[in-house]
Amino acid sequence: MTRVTVYRVLVIAAAVLLLEGLCLAGIIDRLTMPPPHRILRDLAVILASGSQNAAIVKTLTNASIALALALVAGITSAVVLHGYRPVRETLEPLFATYYAVPIFAFYPLLIVIMGLGDAPQIAIGFMLGVVAVIVNTLNGLDRVPRVLRKSARIGRLNAIETALIVTLPHAAPYVLTGAKLAVAYSFIGVIGAEFIMSRGGMGYEISFAYTNFDNATMYPLILLILLVSIALNAALSRWEKALLKRRGQ
Amino acid sequence: MLQAGLPHVSLHAVTKVFPAANGAETVHALGPIDLDLYQGEFFAVVGPSGCGKSTLLELIAGLAPTTSGSVDFEGRRIAAEIPDGIGVVFQEDACFPWLSVEANVAFGLRKVALAAAEKRKRVRDVLDLMGLGDRARAYPAQLSGGMRQRVCIARTLVRQPRLILLDEPFGALDQQTRLLMGEEVLRLWRQTGATVFLITHALDEAAMLADRIAVMSARPGRLIDVIETKWPRERDSRIVEHAGFGAITARLWKSLREESLKTLRRPVAPA
Repeated sequence: MTRVTVYRVLVIAAAVLLLEGLCLAGIIDRLTMPPPHRILRDLAVILASGSQNAAIVKTLTNASIALALALVAGITSAVVLHGYRPVRETLEPLFATYYAVPIFAFYPLLIVIMGLGDAPQIAIGFMLGVVAVIVNTLNGLDRVPRVLRKSARIGRLNAIETALIVTLPHAAPYVLTGAKLAVAYSFIGVIGAEFIMSRGGMGYEISFAYTNFDNATMYPLILLILLVSIALNAALSRWEKALLKRRGQ
Repeated sequence: MLQAGLPHVSLHAVTKVFPAANGAETVHALGPIDLDLYQGEFFAVVGPSGCGKSTLLELIAGLAPTTSGSVDFEGRRIAAEIPDGIGVVFQEDACFPWLSVEANVAFGLRKVALAAAEKRKRVRDVLDLMGLGDRARAYPAQLSGGMRQRVCIARTLVRQPRLILLDEPFGALDQQTRLLMGEEVLRLWRQTGATVFLITHALDEAAMLADRIAVMSARPGRLIDVIETKWPRERDSRIVEHAGFGAITARLWKSLREESLKTLRRPVAPA
């Protein structure tokens, strides 16, 4: 464990301890937030009882589908756009301002088009994640040295083989940066959509618990979302680090 | 003696014209060039910066189409596609940084129809030939610049090309490493029997390695002199001690000096 990692863990531990102290001392009252040890215990109870399993599975599945779609569509679009400069130049300003658009404003429209099922929630997660993947993949593809493309031609690779064997592997660290953002965005999209209009999922359960003052459900579910998101990001960061280390960076 | 037999590579009235950056004008980069390369010869091209040496190599490799004229390899027309039997080593580091040395070399065989066992054997043989056998599992980032260039040469050799095109392959290396790499290229040239076409800035490198050296003019690049060195096939970097070596480099410089001055005096084109 590096010194920076130790400091990072210490900062988080100090913040949790402070919260614990404030809760136990009553400075933060129990109706507002239970102490962290209690949240942890409630999470264990929820997981052991299986009472929220359906909601957890629904949210994780939908977020995974949104993420997978964002990755596939984002990487494919980036490869195509990289090959067609006029199209890229047309769309690039839209990408730059994309996150200024409140995607959730389209949710009612998506419900009208797709119905009340999981599809509009997945669509929101996908829409939030896909542009981050496109922008970062394009950034990586721009950095592929010309000589590697020439080497691919000398090796008689066609355009698809060149993308899969040469340019995308070279751009992999940037693609992973896009993937890390897409993980966060797809979770935000799906859970946010569940908050607004849904009959299931972790977002719906958190919202339901909030309106019923059910802190024993609300906080553990928030903690679970945090843990899943952090775990996924940590795994991708580790992978990214391994890739960069192999390249001497 | 070299001119005996059919040419291995023939260039007939080859020109290359590029559209300029502003789109309205064109840049006449190269030619017309007529040139024959003979089977098994070591041919070098020197010329001032920007004269189109690398463009010439790309036309022969099939990496770019000619504007007019034709390039034939083994009697067949090259039309902007890479013919079988040609290998290219570039000046820039062309190693794939995410692949091991072994995988980098094996990349050269990806589209070659061979049994997996034969491919593995070829890779092993080339790694040993290039002195990289003990670094097969290393990644390019763990190697020196000279070793990385050797990996690129190995990737070219593993395909057993009959024509090897070298685009300033030692440009990024220090002088001692250049000399030693030059010796290695001579050894490989003798062992493989391939025709070698070398682009270089360094007059001494061309004089040491080549059987014939062409001097190119400033843009548009044309061949203004071709010098035959008459070196024995068995040679190494000690050829620089030969009495004729100075005369060859002096003649190269005499042909090149005015062309280099033209390049320096050329006004910078507006963006």
